[in-house]
Amino acid sequence: MIFDMDIETLPREELEALQLKRLKGLCERVYANVAFYRKAFDELGVKPSDIKSLADVRYLPFTEKQDLRNHYPFGLFAVPKDNVVRIHASSGTTGRATVAGYTQRDVNNWATMMARSLTAAGASRRDIIHVAYGYGLFTGGLGAHYGAERLGATTVPVSGGGTRRQAMLLRDFGATVLCCTPSYSLVLYETALEAGIDLKELPLRIGVFGAEPWTDEMRREIEKKMGIKAIDIYGLSEVMGPGVGIECVEAQNGAHLQEDHFLCEVIDPETKEPVKPGEVGELVITTLTKEAQPLIRYRTRDITRLETVPCKCGRTTARMVRVQGRSDDMLIIRGVNVFPSQIESILLETEGLTPYYQLVVEREGNLDTLTVQVEVDEKIFSDEVRKLQRLEGKIQKNIKEFLGVTALVKLVEPRAIQRSEGKAKRVLDLRHA
Amino acid sequence: MKAEQISIFLENRAGRLEEVTRVLAEADISIRALSLADTSDFGILRLIVSDHEKAKVALKEHGFTVGRNAVVAVEVPDAPGGLHSILKLLCAGGINVEYMYAFVHQCEKSAVIIVRFDRTDQAIELLQKNNIPIIPGEQLYKI
Repeated sequence: MIFDMDIETLPREELEALQLKRLKGLCERVYANVAFYRKAFDELGVKPSDIKSLADVRYLPFTEKQDLRNHYPFGLFAVPKDNVVRIHASSGTTGRATVAGYTQRDVNNWATMMARSLTAAGASRRDIIHVAYGYGLFTGGLGAHYGAERLGATTVPVSGGGTRRQAMLLRDFGATVLCCTPSYSLVLYETALEAGIDLKELPLRIGVFGAEPWTDEMRREIEKKMGIKAIDIYGLSEVMGPGVGIECVEAQNGAHLQEDHFLCEVIDPETKEPVKPGEVGELVITTLTKEAQPLIRYRTRDITRLETVPCKCGRTTARMVRVQGRSDDMLIIRGVNVFPSQIESILLETEGLTPYYQLVVEREGNLDTLTVQVEVDEKIFSDEVRKLQRLEGKIQKNIKEFLGVTALVKLVEPRAIQRSEGKAKRVLDLRHA
Repeated sequence: MKAEQISIFLENRAGRLEEVTRVLAEADISIRALSLADTSDFGILRLIVSDHEKAKVALKEHGFTVGRNAVVAVEVPDAPGGLHSILKLLCAGGINVEYMYAFVHQCEKSAVIIVRFDRTDQAIELLQKNNIPIIPGEQLYKI
C-alpha cells in the first residue's frame, strides 16, 4: 500500500520540478533568516537567485554537525522562536548536543512521512503499533508515535526499557507492528523467551527497525526468530528524525527517500564533489520543506548509494541502499561492520555503564582480530576476580550476539586509553600499520 | 569490628605494582597486610594499610581505580587445626569466604587472617558468639 499515492508515485520529472521550486524557496528563506547561511552563501559568492537547476545545489555551502554545535541551541532557526512548537536534541557523545526545532507544519510533515513509512512497511490503520523507541529528546519515540497516529493505527507508546514488561504488553495487547532498534528487538526476543513468551507465536508481523546500522544477516536472524518482516527505516534527528527513508515491504531493498521533502545527493567525502549516478559515497541532505531549522547540504556521514530504477512497489522515489558505513568511524571485522557506537550501546546495555573503551583491530595471519579494551572505573571494579571475569565474559557474549563478531574483551586501568582533546580515541586500527 | 580494606585494579604489566608501593611510600603509608589475585591480563591488589583514606586519595590521584571493602581480621590459634575450627564454624553457619590472606604481623600465640565474607555482619556475629577474637580495624591499622 501507498499512503500518499500522488506524491510517492510522482513521475521523476514532476518530482524534480517540485524539488527545484522548493529548493529555490528554501535558499531565499535561509539567506534572509539565518545569519550562518547568509555568511556562508556570501563567502562562496552564491546568491539564492543563482539556483536555476537542481544540479546547481553543488554551488551551495555544506552544513556539518559541528555547525549545529557551534550554533547551539537555537542559532540556526529560520523562524521566530514563537513559531517553534517542538525541540529535539541528540545526546551528543562529543560535547554539546545537536538541537533540532520544528514548527507545527514541520511536525505535521514529519507525521505524514512517518505514516507513509509505516504504510510502506506494510502497516495500516488496522494495526496495533508498539513503539519501543525512547520517548523524549530522542526523535525515535515521538516520531514513530505521531506517524502511527496519523496512520490511524492503535498506538502503544511504551518507550524504551523495562524489557520484560514490554514482552508482556506485546503478548497482552497483541501488537502487530514493533518499532525499535534492531539490536533491541533481539534483546526483547531473548527476554521474552526467558519469560516464557515466544514472539514468534504472537500476532506480531512487522518490525520497523532503525536508528542504528544493521546488516542483512541480522535481518535474516530477526525475521527467522520472530517470524516477522523486518523493515529498515532511515532517519536522523538533524534533518527530521525517523522516516527520512523507508524500505518497502514489497522489495525490502533500499530505503525510499522522501524526496518531496529532502533533496538527496551523494558526494565523495574526500573531494566533496558529487559522485556519478549510482556510485557509492556520502549521503548529503537538503531539507526542502523544513521551516524551523532548515539545513542546506547536511553531511550525514552515512555511506550509501542511490538507486533510481523503478521499484516494484510503484514508488518513484530514489532508494538508498543499506548504509554501508560512515565516512568517519566504520570498521569491517571479518566481513562484519562494526561501529564504535554499537560497542558503546552494548556496554551500556550490559551493565548500564558508560566507560571509556577502545577498539583495537589487528591482523593475525589472514584473520582480523578485535580487542575491546574497557577501562575499569569504580562502578565496574570489584575486589573479587570472578566478578570482573564475569563482566568480561558478559560483554564478550553480547558483542558476539549483537554484532556477530567475536571480540576479546580486556579490562584496562583508567587512562590506559589515550585521550586526545579529552575524548578517547575509539579505534586503533593496526592492520595496515 | 570490621576492618577497611582497599583494593586496586592493576593491569598485568611490568612496574604496576612498583607504582603502587611508590605512591604509598611517598604518602608515608604503611602496608599491614596484602594479597594479590591475578588472571592472565589483570590483577587485584588488596591491602590493609595504616591510613586507608589517605591511601585511597593518593592512589586515585595517580589514576588508579580503588575500591573499599569491609573485611574481618580474625585471630587464629597458632596450632594445628586452628584455622580449621574457625572455618568449620562458619561453614556450619552458612557463611562463605570470598577470599582470605594472612596478616604480616603475628600476635603472640596466634596468627591473624584477613577474611572477606559474603555476609560480613553475620560472620562477625557468629565469630563473637563463639568467642573467636577479632581485631578491630582501628587497632589493626596501628599494629
